Amino acid sequence: MAATVTGTDRLIDATMGGGPGSRDGNGFHKNGGGGAEDGHPLRFSPARYRIGVWVAISSILMLFVALSSSYIVRSASGDDWRPIVMPKVLWFSTAVILVSSFTMEVSRRSLKAFNDAGYGRWLAITLILGLGFLVSQLLAWRQLVRQGVYMSSNPHSSFFYLFTAAHGLHLFGGILALGYLVLRTTRKRDTVESELKRLGAAEAATIYWHFMDGLWVALFLLLFFWK
Amino acid sequence: MAETHAEVHRHPAPTGFIRKYIFSLDHKVIGIQYILLALTAVLVGMIMSVLMRVNLSWPGSHIKILETLFPTGAPGGVMSAEFYLSLVTMHGTIMVFFVLTTAPQGGFGNYFLPIQIGAEDMAFPVLNMMSFWVTLVGFLVLLTAIFAEGNQAIGAWFAKLGESAWAGGSGTVGPIGGWTGYAPLSALGKVAGPGQGAGVSLWIISIAIFCVGSLLGALNFITTLLNMRTRGMSLMRMPLTCWAWFTTAVLALLSFPVLLGGGILLLLDRIAGTSFFVPGNLYVSGSLVPLHNGGSPLLWQHLFWFFGHPEVYIAILPGMGATSHILSTFARKPIFGYRAMVFAIFAIGMLGFFVWGHHMFISGMSPYSAVAFSILTLSIGVPSAIKTFNWLGTLWGAKIRFTTPMLFAIGFVSVFVAGGITGLVLGQTSLDFFFHDTYFVTAHFHLVMGVASIFGMFAATYFWFPKMFGRMMNETLGKLHFWITFLGVYAIFVPFHAMGMLGMPRRYAQFNEYEFLKNSKGLVTFVTVAAIITVAIQIVFYFNLVWSLFWGKKASDNPWEATTLEWTTATPPPHDNFAGHVPVVYRGPYEFSVPGAPNDYVMQTEPEGIEVSTRLGEISGNGGDGHRH
Amino acid sequence: MGRLLGIAIWIITAASVWMFVSGRWWFPEAISEHGPRVDSQFMITIVVVGIAFASAQIGLGWVVWKYRDRADSQRATYSHGNNRLEIVWTVVTAVIFISLAIMGQRVWASLHLHSAPPGSYTVEVVAQQFAWNFHYSGKDGAFGRTDPQLIDDTTNPVGLDDTDPNAKDDAVGATLVIPANRPTELILRSKDVTHSFWVPQLRFKQDLVPGMAIHVHFTAIKVGKYELACAELCGMNHYKMKSFMLVLPENEFNDLVLLPPNEFQTRKDELLNKYQLPNY
Repeated sequence: MAATVTGTDRLIDATMGGGPGSRDGNGFHKNGGGGAEDGHPLRFSPARYRIGVWVAISSILMLFVALSSSYIVRSASGDDWRPIVMPKVLWFSTAVILVSSFTMEVSRRSLKAFNDAGYGRWLAITLILGLGFLVSQLLAWRQLVRQGVYMSSNPHSSFFYLFTAAHGLHLFGGILALGYLVLRTTRKRDTVESELKRLGAAEAATIYWHFMDGLWVALFLLLFFWK
Repeated sequence: MAETHAEVHRHPAPTGFIRKYIFSLDHKVIGIQYILLALTAVLVGMIMSVLMRVNLSWPGSHIKILETLFPTGAPGGVMSAEFYLSLVTMHGTIMVFFVLTTAPQGGFGNYFLPIQIGAEDMAFPVLNMMSFWVTLVGFLVLLTAIFAEGNQAIGAWFAKLGESAWAGGSGTVGPIGGWTGYAPLSALGKVAGPGQGAGVSLWIISIAIFCVGSLLGALNFITTLLNMRTRGMSLMRMPLTCWAWFTTAVLALLSFPVLLGGGILLLLDRIAGTSFFVPGNLYVSGSLVPLHNGGSPLLWQHLFWFFGHPEVYIAILPGMGATSHILSTFARKPIFGYRAMVFAIFAIGMLGFFVWGHHMFISGMSPYSAVAFSILTLSIGVPSAIKTFNWLGTLWGAKIRFTTPMLFAIGFVSVFVAGGITGLVLGQTSLDFFFHDTYFVTAHFHLVMGVASIFGMFAATYFWFPKMFGRMMNETLGKLHFWITFLGVYAIFVPFHAMGMLGMPRRYAQFNEYEFLKNSKGLVTFVTVAAIITVAIQIVFYFNLVWSLFWGKKASDNPWEATTLEWTTATPPPHDNFAGHVPVVYRGPYEFSVPGAPNDYVMQTEPEGIEVSTRLGEISGNGGDGHRH
Repeated sequence: MGRLLGIAIWIITAASVWMFVSGRWWFPEAISEHGPRVDSQFMITIVVVGIAFASAQIGLGWVVWKYRDRADSQRATYSHGNNRLEIVWTVVTAVIFISLAIMGQRVWASLHLHSAPPGSYTVEVVAQQFAWNFHYSGKDGAFGRTDPQLIDDTTNPVGLDDTDPNAKDDAVGATLVIPANRPTELILRSKDVTHSFWVPQLRFKQDLVPGMAIHVHFTAIKVGKYELACAELCGMNHYKMKSFMLVLPENEFNDLVLLPPNEFQTRKDELLNKYQLPNY
């Protein structure tokens, strides 16, 4: 049975709280997010990507919280906790990822200001910086291996390799997303919908990128400045 | 950024068998795929449980099929202790992950959440498709564990990856550490016993893959519910099924990453020489283990149970949502205390994150934290009690139609009470001295997970089958299925409590070594007979499913005279759920027996203008469309 | 159908309650000082549980009986609930549950929130796949040093270091012997994986975790021989990782523990044969 489409005037009833547009007795807006007008095609709300990325971030964060808790517990459980000496290249890693957050912001704001060229350019720069970060991580690994420090050497080194690998993997996912966005700058955009999608995606990618940055800083501090 | 909206190009329905039924982006197809996976997995799990029961009741039995398939683990068809333990492990793993965490959420949730909120599909259809296929791959990897341990040739192949962590062919059907896989038993590799080589490694990988699939699903559920509700579908007008799926998704989102983390650490201990969970100076099977030092076995337990406890609520919440929904529908009465029900779902979900230590009272963790966990654990009983009261309240003053889905929904309430109430015993530290790791625990979790949760799925199946497939399931067969199953599950699991009272430990391959268990023989046999009958009757269910698909009575769009959005659309729903139309919601989901209304049900899409006498015969509570009285 | 369902639910309820109250399947007799307190807390709990269980099930059976659709023109009662009722039953439930929870901590606290009282007799328990080893300190009351490097499963299961003077009078055996009416302290260790010490009559269970030495204490008050089982899955022979606990009267016990190691073993085996398991 299809819902009857009625005129809007009958629907608004502030006291009984009937119909769309008004609040219900609990103060909730009666509209669903992204809901549609009667008789019009379904709307797409770019909030979808933003919500999605925050949901994904909370999940990824839980993974790192679990690993970090394990790190802290493990540091107290055995008698073999000997923190490795930080490979100096990690300062470079940190600087690169911080700068890349900045360039990502510039890119997003360019898009918002309808500066397509700027958007694409700074997006590409961010992607290259991201790759630079990953390369510096591999250099750090190489440095440690040369010193004979492997994953199984001691618990701190285990966590070092694990954290950098897990973070790097998720960052690589972000790089793939950036790559996809860069490719999209070359495609023709002809509808309002696809323009909104692009904005939404860029915003979501930016949030994710900042999260990866913050996560790196937190891990860096945990590994080398805690205890 | 200012919110603007755009027209969406409606995608045409897919053509071609592959895009329609295999790699489909349609949440309805994906939902059915999950249900099919669960139906397969539960069959494997049930067969394993019958084998376990036969071994316990009649040890030394010759089981011909075992002799053929697993000559090493069951020489002469007689199950070895390690074979039994691998059945225990795989039964638990398959049931908890691939049945209880697939069908209720990924199955029915995927199919009906979008429709019940008036959306065209899930927020991210591609991710949705991936979530199913990733889950299926996880299942296939788990099945590989069976053969890696059960078959010599396959086991030898895996051994090439590394003797300790990957040697297989022990003859068991997988790892032997229980679905909980405690370290260091699970971390030491082959030296710790049969099944602990390839079996464990594959088991960990399977679960890790499952975690990823689950997380992709959770992401979709949450985003869809927050972003895609149709006009008029406020949060407080959503069916309770949607609230349940939403809360379940949040639980999954925050708990599965912890299991994934733990699984990675465990795998590294096995293959990379790390020592997260393995202490030093272990002497195993006649020699020292030089490789590890300083790890903490308790750390594994914390990580596992931090996931494990929310997991059991993931298993039950969708069933609670379905029960509320179905009870209201066939009682022809609004759900009693809608807001309290929402609150209770949240409370259960949230509290579920703070009680994991009740699995670890006697683990060696701090006895002070045990006290804290214990008190929090008994608090969870409160929202569960609220739900039970409200279900009873829904049935009071009702006009009950005893269809098969209703029978299972009522059955859910009964078995949930039976199973949940013993949580009051097990949650107390002082009583855990006796009951930890006894059959009293097994009784408790089987009644809530293995019965109540399954009843929720049965109820959902009988209820929604007509909408999904356009035909009714056979009522006679359905009622037969219900009665034998209902009596059968009580016959199986109530005696488990008695076994626990005797002190019978869990995961024992035989009970004949101890005098203090000798009075259990009668109970054990009784349970096995009940189990065989109850498992056997499930054939009726499978038969009913298949037969009804082709020869069931054709179903109308709203055969149950229900009120929610799925019953406003065609049967089965078209590709975009509402045939281009956008549903508009005017009232709450459980408007049954509204005084003055022409029918004893008013659909959510029925506009204002119906005379509703709000004072007559009504007690305070939540208004039909969410307003307060 | 409603009446049938109601009756079925009542019959199931009656049968379940009978299973408990008949006493046919009940705890074995408690032999520890704290045991009766565990049992009485269980009684309180199971009565509450039983009342809740029975009333919910009887209520469910009653509503499905009474409110079945009688194919008349009457409609169901249109009610969305009753807030006051919700509050009342929520508060009542919360009070009962929290009270039970708090009461349920007492015995636990008495055993675990303080260390073994002075004058306790201490035994070191070393579990392994699939046997129990008990290390006695002997006449000097001091435990000899153990070292995993020295372990040999047949000759030296706990790795006793016989260069340590304290080890000279230490005995290591497969049976646990403890005094009646005197606190016993156990130091629980494991050689390989996690096991769990379980004597039902003692009303006591505790995991043995490799890498940890867990101190627990209790007081046995009834002389006799009792079976010891493992209660944490430890591998294929978990189900027969069996031993015995002997609770000896004071004089017999004192004589035994002063004996040098080999005499200790002989005397212990004699006592093991002397005492019988309880009647089940």
